[in-house]
Amino acid sequence: MTALTDTTAPVAGLPATGAARQVWRRLRTRPAALVSAAVLLLLVLLAAGAPLLAALEGQDANTYHDDLVDSARGGVPYGAFGGASADHWLGVEPGTGRDLFVRLLHGARISLLVAVGATAVQILIGVLVGLAAGLGNRWIDGVLGRVTDVLVALPMLVLAVALTAVVPRGFPRPLLLVLVIGFLGWAGTSRIVRAQTLTLKSLDFVAASRLAGSGPWRTARRELLPSLAAPVITYAAILVPTNIVVEASLSFLGVGVTPPTPSWGQMLSTAQTWFRADPAYVLLPAGLLFVTVLAFTVLGDAVRTALDPREASRLRVGTRKEAS
Amino acid sequence: MSRFVLKRLAGAALVLLALSVLVYTLFYLAPGDPARLACGERCNPQQIAQVREQLGLNDSMLVQYLHFLQGVFAGRDYSTGTSLVHCDAPCLGLSYQSDRQVTQLVLERLPATASLTLGAMVVWLVIGVGTGLLSALRRGGPTERLLTLLTLAGTGTPVFILGLLLLMAVCAYLQWLPFPSYVPLGEDPEQWAWNMLLPWLTLGFFESAKYARLTRSSTLETLAEDHIRTFRAYGVGERSVVTRHALRGAVPPVIAVSAVDLGSMFGGAVLTESLFGIPGLGKTLIDGVKAIDLPVVVGVVMVTGTFVVLANVVADLLYAAADRRVVLT
Amino acid sequence: MTPIVEVTDLTVEFARSGDPVRAVDSLSFTLDEGRALALVGESGSGKSTVAGALLGLHRGTGARVGGTVRVGGIDVGTAGPGELRRLRGGVAAMVFQDPLSALDPYYAVGDQIAEVYRVHAGGSRRAARARAVEVLDRVGIPDAARRSRSRPHEFSGGMRQRALLAMALACEPRLIVADEPTTALDVTVQAQILDLLHELRRETGTALLLVTHDVGVAAESVDEVLVMRDGREVERGPVGRVLGAPAESYTRRLLAAVPRLDGPVREPLEKGAPLLEVRDLRRVFGRGSKAVTAVEGASLTLHAGETLGVVGESGSGKTTLGRMLVRLLDPTGGRLLYGGEEIGALSERELRPYRRELQMVFQDPVASLNPRRSVGESVADPLRVAGERDETRLRGRVRELLDRVGLDPDRYEAYPHEFSGGQRQRVGIARALAAEPRIVVCDEPVSALDVTTQAQVTALLAELQAELGLGLVFIAHDLAVVRQVSDRVAVMRAGRIVEQGTVAEVYGTPRDPYTRQLLAAVPSIDPVRATERRELRREGHQELAVA
Repeated sequence: MTALTDTTAPVAGLPATGAARQVWRRLRTRPAALVSAAVLLLLVLLAAGAPLLAALEGQDANTYHDDLVDSARGGVPYGAFGGASADHWLGVEPGTGRDLFVRLLHGARISLLVAVGATAVQILIGVLVGLAAGLGNRWIDGVLGRVTDVLVALPMLVLAVALTAVVPRGFPRPLLLVLVIGFLGWAGTSRIVRAQTLTLKSLDFVAASRLAGSGPWRTARRELLPSLAAPVITYAAILVPTNIVVEASLSFLGVGVTPPTPSWGQMLSTAQTWFRADPAYVLLPAGLLFVTVLAFTVLGDAVRTALDPREASRLRVGTRKEAS
Repeated sequence: MSRFVLKRLAGAALVLLALSVLVYTLFYLAPGDPARLACGERCNPQQIAQVREQLGLNDSMLVQYLHFLQGVFAGRDYSTGTSLVHCDAPCLGLSYQSDRQVTQLVLERLPATASLTLGAMVVWLVIGVGTGLLSALRRGGPTERLLTLLTLAGTGTPVFILGLLLLMAVCAYLQWLPFPSYVPLGEDPEQWAWNMLLPWLTLGFFESAKYARLTRSSTLETLAEDHIRTFRAYGVGERSVVTRHALRGAVPPVIAVSAVDLGSMFGGAVLTESLFGIPGLGKTLIDGVKAIDLPVVVGVVMVTGTFVVLANVVADLLYAAADRRVVLT
Repeated sequence: MTPIVEVTDLTVEFARSGDPVRAVDSLSFTLDEGRALALVGESGSGKSTVAGALLGLHRGTGARVGGTVRVGGIDVGTAGPGELRRLRGGVAAMVFQDPLSALDPYYAVGDQIAEVYRVHAGGSRRAARARAVEVLDRVGIPDAARRSRSRPHEFSGGMRQRALLAMALACEPRLIVADEPTTALDVTVQAQILDLLHELRRETGTALLLVTHDVGVAAESVDEVLVMRDGREVERGPVGRVLGAPAESYTRRLLAAVPRLDGPVREPLEKGAPLLEVRDLRRVFGRGSKAVTAVEGASLTLHAGETLGVVGESGSGKTTLGRMLVRLLDPTGGRLLYGGEEIGALSERELRPYRRELQMVFQDPVASLNPRRSVGESVADPLRVAGERDETRLRGRVRELLDRVGLDPDRYEAYPHEFSGGQRQRVGIARALAAEPRIVVCDEPVSALDVTTQAQVTALLAELQAELGLGLVFIAHDLAVVRQVSDRVAVMRAGRIVEQGTVAEVYGTPRDPYTRQLLAAVPSIDPVRATERRELRREGHQELAVA
């Protein structure tokens, strides 16, 4: 027996052991990803600590301060930069004089909660549908496939806008947004999960598991699910910023979060009439939204690269470029 | 080939039928009394009952749906108490608000949406595809890094923020352009173009980010393929390798995605239209939703669905035509 | 004679995450005009890197190239862009391994050849197209003028490789560099391509540098052989001398490991009881007008302690048959008797008691183990399913099995990517054994492995079989390997078993013309015999042409 004189070198394969650690190691070398993570962490802390910070500032979200806006000029805040002062750190809302700092923080809460909640719904439905389509028979796959096709094809915003029309006014809006975005946006996840399941299903190690006598449930749990985690996490990282934008868009259109609950999209919607007189009122929510979405996108991108072994090996080898 | 088209069209029809069932069920099962909505806030119960009768809301779900289908394919009559209103096929119902035919409303609003979308497509094809190609070819250099940064920023900016900022900068501060107000093409082509310029740029820039990414990745993917190595190994120059071989592989996905995007935007670039006050389908939808004008909402959704499904068929055909490896079955 | 290739002290290093990997290490050789040299070695020997260096393909990739390479008088390392272009295709033309991916899928084959031709010869498009048709005709593409307008995917594998040869010929290069040109092809097609290459060279006097892992392919095609290992030269000399009387021990080991048609065969053994009886087995994929019959009317018997070889080219249905034998695929028709009981139509539930006794070893050592589970867990799987709950006993058994297949038992917790291809195949065997099977179907178990590793794995299988009295089904495309490991052989073609019998019968006195054709196509490791067989094939072709 000459087992140990095998001449072939170890074959590079998919990442296996300590995948999380490996991902972290790759992420650590990307400054953009680290900055994004820090920004998001700060944002989450700010959103979570909104009541505390409001108390610290001594303001709340819904008190009108008529004395701070110039009614002669249609309600533009007195003072520079939207009326920023020691009492109102980021100034006040034009027209009403409500404190902008507190409203922005509460907006962040809504934004993050709706986006994360909707993502969770999307992933849950998407994974279940994708698995059922990938593992089920032709008939199940066919039906689910058609449903997925329709959902992928139709513009989500149009459907979401339309759906908000049929729900009674009393229904809690953030929950409604989570459900609407969640139920309209799972198709991408299910496609990815289905494709991945079909690929995995055809691999020999799944056949080996069947030969070992494992039933379908055991095979799915032991052989399929661990390999599905990476693509699903990656996709979730892309879904969060998309959902933030969808929520902001719906609120911007006036069919999302209803006043007086503050939301970035809604502020931007009112800001349309104010941008000449009070640019700060446009720039603050726009900037926050922009930074949040950008940070999520950059981080999502980095996670995707870190989880994709193909990408990683391409980075190692370096791109081929001809000098001539 | 023609068999493929027929098959796909049949599939598309089926999808639309399924969509109509879904939408119909959802909207007509919705809480809230359509008759009350149609009649208005100040109607007394008698008037509401009358409206209910006129709209056929006393019939069963199925009958109502069949009437809807009949309207789409053959047209139908509505009585408004005193007179009969004939609604030609394809009839999508009457607006609660204005008693006008939804089909007419949609047709009136379509040119504005089409103006916006087609113009924006020119922008995103030129800027998006150009940026993507440039960054694929200059990979590793400072140009690529700059373009990647711009693309990322573009992906992170919702279209209405981009639009607001452009409005602020170009119209309010620099005053290069007037605040856009829609002028139909037929009325005054020059004014039409000037007023559409900002919406085009807004939607076009916004979409460019996506196209830049798509073009870049599909060009790089093609450049990494083995046949590129063959031509390099045979002394074919780098420029020829890129323009003849790499680009050829990168184009089909861009064409296919463009077709699909165009289709779904025809159903209403809701945000852009709403921001610039363009009286297109998207604005119609929003107005319909705010007024709870269900026939209008259903109508716009169905029209959007039709555009999207047709665009998908067209995209498949274009893709297959561009990528001869795909066998149409 | 002036050398067309002069390589002096060539060293190539690839930077790989910090520490550079030296793929080629101070290699020197020359190749004279019109002569043929083979670089022979196992995977990782650096042979393909050398081929790339001849055309300057490492320039601009970040690889560090030391030493000098001169091809046709051009110093590849310092040549300017114009000279480099002239070298590539004009002086030396490359033929790549995978003919499908080596051609642009979007353009007609003729246009691609014409494009390359115009780079070097200039002239009008029309003239270039005419030249393309001319070379396509020369390499034996029937109806070349019409076929030149086809895209690569409309060609068969063999035709595509001919088209690549045509591209190489188009500019009349003085050297053809062929990197594993026939590895992706079936053995009969391989023989045709090698014969064509031989003929073309005789006609044009082009020199050849052939890169191959297959000693037989080298013996068929070249005058000189350079054996490589770990980027270094092991030995170099005339093909007859190196393959006939190797001086180095590595060469000797390499040659000894190559299965050959005149090598030793297994001792005939006493047949045990029939384990598996297959009658008229049939499998159809798809339905309606798209139905494809993969296996039709296959009948065979497998006894305990016996190895049945199943040999055939790609698409012959051998894998489908193998998967039906262990019921990974359901037969469409026919009978599958295991120990006298019909199991072909049992439901998954009814099959439970038999599942573990029918095991399989797979071809691809990468795909056959779950990358996210430790190898110990993979091997333990059948034991766990069987109801073993005692963790200590379970681990003990897995360690035993790992040890038995020649792996370090302490590597229970290691993951598949930490193992080489041969070691993974051993893990796969251990996993099959864990179920205590009576039948193991091995589907191309060694075709992804280097020859020396191949020999070790086949030896292990034979040992285990003798020890456990297993019935083995050994599916492979390689006739020599099958001959070496089998007691009886079934030859498959287009879903049918065309011939079946003992090794002596099938290989000694083949009755079916297809079997004869297959055997004639197997490259011989002996250059003298290779030449004889080439003549034989040529006569055979004429025979076929007349018939």
